[in-house]
Formats: sequence, structure tokens, C-alpha cells
Amino acid sequence: MFENLSAEMLARVQFAFTISFHIIFPAFSIGLASYLAVLNALWLKTNDEIYLTLFNYWKKIFAVAFGMGVVSGIVMSYQFGTNWSVFADKTGPILGPLMAYEVLSAFFLEAGFLGIMLFGRERVGNGLHMFATAMVAFGTLMSATWILSVNSWMQTPAGYSINDIGQFVPEDWWLIVFNPSFPYRLVHMVLAAYLTTALVVGGVGALHILRNRKDASARRMFSMAMWMLVLVAPIQIFAGDLHGLNTLEHQPAKVMAMEGHFESHPDGAPLILFGMPNSKEQRVDYAIEIPKLSSLILKHDLNAPLAGLDTIPKADHPPVAIVFWSFRVMVGLGFAMLGLGIWSLWRRFRGTLYEGAWLQRAAIVMGPMGFVAVLAGWVTTEVGRQPFTVYGLLRTSDSLAPIAAPAVAASLTAFIIVYFFVFGAGTFYLLRMMNKPAGTAHLGLRDGPIRSAGITPVMQSNSDNQPKA
Amino acid sequence: MFELSFIWAGIIAFAVLTYVILDGFDLGVGILFPFAKGEKERSTMMNSIAPIWDGNETWLVLGGGGLFAVFPLAYAVVMPALYMPITLMLLALIFRGVAFEYRWRTVRWKRVWDVAFFGGSLLAAFMQGIALGALVQGVEVANRAYAGGWWDWLSLFSILTGFAVVVGYALLGATWLILKTEGPLQEQMQRYAYWLAAGTLAFIGLVSVLTPFQDPVYFQRWFNLPGSVLSAIMPAALIAATFALYSGLKTKKDAQPFLAALSLFVLCFIGIGISFYPNIIPPSLTIVEAAAPDSSLLFALVGTVVLVPLILAYTAYAYWVFRGKVNPDEGYH
Repeated sequence: MFENLSAEMLARVQFAFTISFHIIFPAFSIGLASYLAVLNALWLKTNDEIYLTLFNYWKKIFAVAFGMGVVSGIVMSYQFGTNWSVFADKTGPILGPLMAYEVLSAFFLEAGFLGIMLFGRERVGNGLHMFATAMVAFGTLMSATWILSVNSWMQTPAGYSINDIGQFVPEDWWLIVFNPSFPYRLVHMVLAAYLTTALVVGGVGALHILRNRKDASARRMFSMAMWMLVLVAPIQIFAGDLHGLNTLEHQPAKVMAMEGHFESHPDGAPLILFGMPNSKEQRVDYAIEIPKLSSLILKHDLNAPLAGLDTIPKADHPPVAIVFWSFRVMVGLGFAMLGLGIWSLWRRFRGTLYEGAWLQRAAIVMGPMGFVAVLAGWVTTEVGRQPFTVYGLLRTSDSLAPIAAPAVAASLTAFIIVYFFVFGAGTFYLLRMMNKPAGTAHLGLRDGPIRSAGITPVMQSNSDNQPKA
Repeated sequence: MFELSFIWAGIIAFAVLTYVILDGFDLGVGILFPFAKGEKERSTMMNSIAPIWDGNETWLVLGGGGLFAVFPLAYAVVMPALYMPITLMLLALIFRGVAFEYRWRTVRWKRVWDVAFFGGSLLAAFMQGIALGALVQGVEVANRAYAGGWWDWLSLFSILTGFAVVVGYALLGATWLILKTEGPLQEQMQRYAYWLAAGTLAFIGLVSVLTPFQDPVYFQRWFNLPGSVLSAIMPAALIAATFALYSGLKTKKDAQPFLAALSLFVLCFIGIGISFYPNIIPPSLTIVEAAAPDSSLLFALVGTVVLVPLILAYTAYAYWVFRGKVNPDEGYH
């Protein structure tokens, strides 16, 4: 199935495939871990049973998503070596310690306290259980911090020198960790994770409101999710704009691809809303554009000159069409999220948040859109920094492991089959759990007489809420 | 200044050993899974490791991530050399990892995920053994890259070490279940443990005898000072551990068989360490050569010295929280 592709292209496809699958789970679990900590804290503070019901509901969904994130993440930690060994050898002295810190300060924390969060409330008591829940949430954020520092360093390398065997070696760890694009990327991604989770929670709440308007748990989660959208979506758009300006400063070719600017515009560049980027002819066909708006957005001046891809050697061009489209998908969804948030705010002030049906239907449609936006955003930044793995310094084609094309084709085929099978099944289970209302005792299992031996239905229905040795 | 790379070699060795004994017993439980007599016993076996398997597997990530951090050259050589076994191991770990949650989420497909749990555990263990065998045999390096062929890892010897690890992990799993369960399941595991212990010891013997034939250097390391001191101590220590295991099983102790089986693994691991030293990858890549610059080693070391003891402390706490016999009715599903 991959006979015509080079080993390099196959390795790139494999990395893109495995990391795209992987990022879906952290994008959800970063937000959900924080949400669980908030729910548990609210339950302990207010003694309102709804918070506990929601905590137990999302906890089970979290466990499945987190498990998928763990196993797909282990693959990533080995793939730098298996497929990109030259990259690993050259960047290991800088990126390796950062990733080691991620393992030490984040993965162990999450894994160590996850068991207690899931299984241990009765064993350790509410206080320590709250602590464990907070540690899981903190761990997911630490993980995001380190891995985004790693990614950002590859995009905007700093604090390094190059030794006589061609390795990047550390000179200043502070500059490496806090490299120029890191703060923007971190904020943008964590907010994206929160939005993604809010959209899922909102979509699930909306579904159950449509089925049963009196479902108090559904109303509560819908309300919380809509507040989250109202608060976070505008901040995210602002943060995304800052991130774009940072990219313009450090990776102008990426922004040129995002904007579809093949040509330089000495006196004000237009904002191309839509069009067909044509890399062969170096122009955008059928472009619908607003004159000078791009200069206004990027330079805050209608007539500011903006360089185009014609100022960059062709060998250093990123694939324009992919970046151009993925960027539009991300931005479009970002504004759709803002729109949903504003709509819900208006309805809330009119006191009709849970009435009607269209707002809920829109929330259901938007439910999975956070994932789409996250993927589109990552495609924009990762395809946009091609053809380099370390921006401007190490080419993707020079990063490759000495693995022959048939071996990579075999592993890629195996990854595709296994991922679709395993994560397809997992997604199905997640959707089936979300399809049940929050109070359901035994999420995901068929209702009826089928019970595992030794467990009576009465015990099952109580098993979530009551202490039991 | 003291050679940082040796400190790091010790830390990586510690991480890998911790991985082997911790994930070893939970992979072992997976290997023994199909021998359970019924649904209740399968649930008990799974519940005995459900709260901790994730933490156990994190040591594997530390092994990989740590190698990338402090021995990037070793990482860059080993991963392509073991491309297939590692890829298969990762895929196997996916199947067994998701089974922990999936099997509770479906009725019709519960058997599918039970098979995935067993098959994934078995394949992951086997591939780890193959990787070990391939490393012992040696990896060809030229110009800072792997220079061997795509099937170098596959040999009779590596298949032998593959089976050895499967049987050894099953022994760890059986003794873990002796510790964590009671009644018929515990009795069954006590019976299995005798046979698995005999099998493990037979494999240890066989692999030990064959190892010097993989590379004469191993022979010299074991039969010259200072190695020869250990050559005398190791068999004695192995015999002591074996006796502890046997008497623990005989007198039906809960914890002793597990601890004795762990000590068998620790001894074997030390043995492998003696064979490899001063190389990090036999036959020619040394610890010093493969190490990252001191500034990287030092930066990573600062965090490691602080965080690893913390990790060990809260991991121990998590084990403590879930101490005692597993209650098959417990769980949150």
C-alpha cells in the first residue's frame, strides 16, 4: 500500500499519524483532570450531591481516555529513536533532559495518584483523595509544560551551541526551556485543552438536557461548560493572535504559508479569506481577499510591507496548501466557539439557558470540534515549520534513522490497523458512556441481568457513592 | 570531577531494573490470566494490578526518555537496531493497557479484551526478552549509527531469552498473586509457582552458560578479577534466593515467595550489568562515549536526585493504600 513512498516520507507519515492520534487524548485529559479537581472540590465544599455524581461520571470517562493517552504516549517516547535516530543523537543533549523532566515531574505524578483518584476515596478519605485528584491535574499541566517547551525549542531554538560532532549542546538552560515561542505555545495549548473539554462536557450536557430537561446533572454540566466557553474562548483568540505575531517574528515562512502570501506586498498585504493555494504557480487561485487587512492584523498598520514566500529559497518552503487550510479550520472553529459562548450568555441572561433546542443542538455539533481545532492547529504549526526538525538548523531529511522503506511501511501499516481498531473501540466506549445520563450506576455495560459473578445489582448501584471496604 | 556518566549509567540501570520487576509482575499476571478458573478470578487478577500498572509502566518511559536524555547516542543506536521487537512491544503494550478499562465497558467484547490483555502481556514480555538477547549478542555500530541488518535481533539465543523472560515474568506474576489473593486462586498460583520457578532457574542456567559464547569478552569479565569475585558470590546468592522461594512456597507464606522471586531478577540484572560494563551497548559502545555533555548530565541529575526519591515515596504510598488481599467486589466500574 506504500510502495511509492520513500523511507523519509513513510517515517513522517508514521510520526504524524501516531502523534495526531496521541494528542487527542491529552487534549481531553488535561482539561478533564482540571475539571474533575474542580468538581471534587465543589462537592467537598458544598456537599451538593450533583457535583459528586458528575465527578463519578467523568472520572470513568477520564480513566478510559487517560489509558489511551498513556499507551499511545509510550509509543511517542520511543519513536524519536526508532525512526529519527539522527535527530535523537543530535538533539538528545538538549531535548532529552527536558523530556526526562516530563517523565519525572509529570508522568509519575499522574500515574502514582491516578490509582488513588479512581479507586481510593474510601481507603484514604476525602482529604487525601482531593489531594490525589489535584496531583493528577497538576501532573497533566506539568506534562504539557515540558513537552511544549521541547516542541517550542525545535521551532525557536535558543541557548545552544553546536559541538564538533554536530550535536546541539546546552549553553543556557533558562534560555532553552523558556525559548521565544514557549510561553505563547503553552498558553495556547492549555487553553485549547480547556476549550476542548468544555465543548465535550457541554455537548454531553446538551444531549441529556434534550432528552430530559429536568436532569439536574446535565443542566449543571451544561452551565459550567458554557461559562467556560464564555470566559476562555475570547482569551484563546487573543492568545492565538499573540502566538501568531511571535511566529511572524521567528518563523516568517510559516506565517506566509498560513496567509497564502506567495508574493511580497510592499504597501499593505491583503487578508486572503479563501482560495486555492497553487504551489506550482506560486499563487493563490480564486482568492477572496480583503485588501490590507493582513498588514493590519500582523503589523497593526494598513500599509506595512509584508514579505512573501518569494523572499525565501524554494527548498525552504513549507507545504503551503496544508498550512493555509488547517489554519483556516482552526480559526473558523475558534470563532464558532466564541459564538456558542456568546449565544449561551445571552440565553442565560434571559433565563432560558435550558429551554428551546437549538442552543443544545449547536452545543452537540460543537462537542467534538475542539479536537478538530487542536489537530488543525498542530498541523498548522508542524507542517508550517517544514522542512526542518530544528528550525533553520536541522532538516527533516537529515534527521532520519537508517531504516529501510519496507520496514517503516510494515510498522506504519501495523500502527494504522492497531490504532483504528483499539482507539476506534475506545472512542466507541467513550461515546456509549457519554450517551448515558450522569447518574447511571454501571456506565457502559448493558442494562439487565448480566452481572459479573458475586456482585449483586444492589451493591452495584451503590458502589459509586458509598464507602465500602 | 567524578565521572557523571557512570552515575547516570547507574540511574538508568536502576530505572530499567525497577521497570523489569514492577511491570514484570503485572505483565506476568497478564500471562497467567487465561489460566484463571472463572470470571470472578479474572476480575480478582485484574483488580490486583489495576491501580498500579500505569505507574509501573512509567518506568519504561523513564528508561527510554532517560536514555534519550543522557545517552542519546545509545538511544539512537539501540532503537533502530531493535526496530521490530520494540515496535511489536509497543503495540502489545497498547492492547494490554487499554484492556484494563475496556473489558469493563462491554459485555459482548469482554472476551476480546481479555485475549488482548493476555496476548499483549505475552508478546510484550517476549519482545523484551528478545531485545535483551539481541543486546547481549551485540549491536553493530559505525559512524554514530546502527550498521547491522534488519533481522540481526532474531536468533536462537534471542528467542531463548524471549522465552526466559516470559517464564520469569509469569513467576513474578504468580508470586504476586500469592501475596494479593486467597482461596483457590492463591492455591492454584502456589502450585504454578513451583513449576515456573523451576523453569525460570533452568532458563537462567541455560542463558548463563550460553552468554560467554556470544562474545568471549563476557567470559573474561566473569573469570578475571574483579568479576571472578562476583562469579563466586552470584551462584551462592542465586541458591539462597531459590531456597527462600522454595521454603516460602512450602510453608505457604504470603510475601516471601514474591520477594524471593524479585531477588532472583535483581541478581540476574546485576549479572547482565557485569557482563556489559564498561559498555552501554555491547560490543563496542562505551558508557563514556555514548554520554551527553556534562552540562546535560548535570542538569538532568539535579532534578533526578530530588524527584526520584519523591517518586519512590509516593509510589510506595500508593502500594500501601492498596495493600492486603484484593477484594474481587471492589473497583469502581
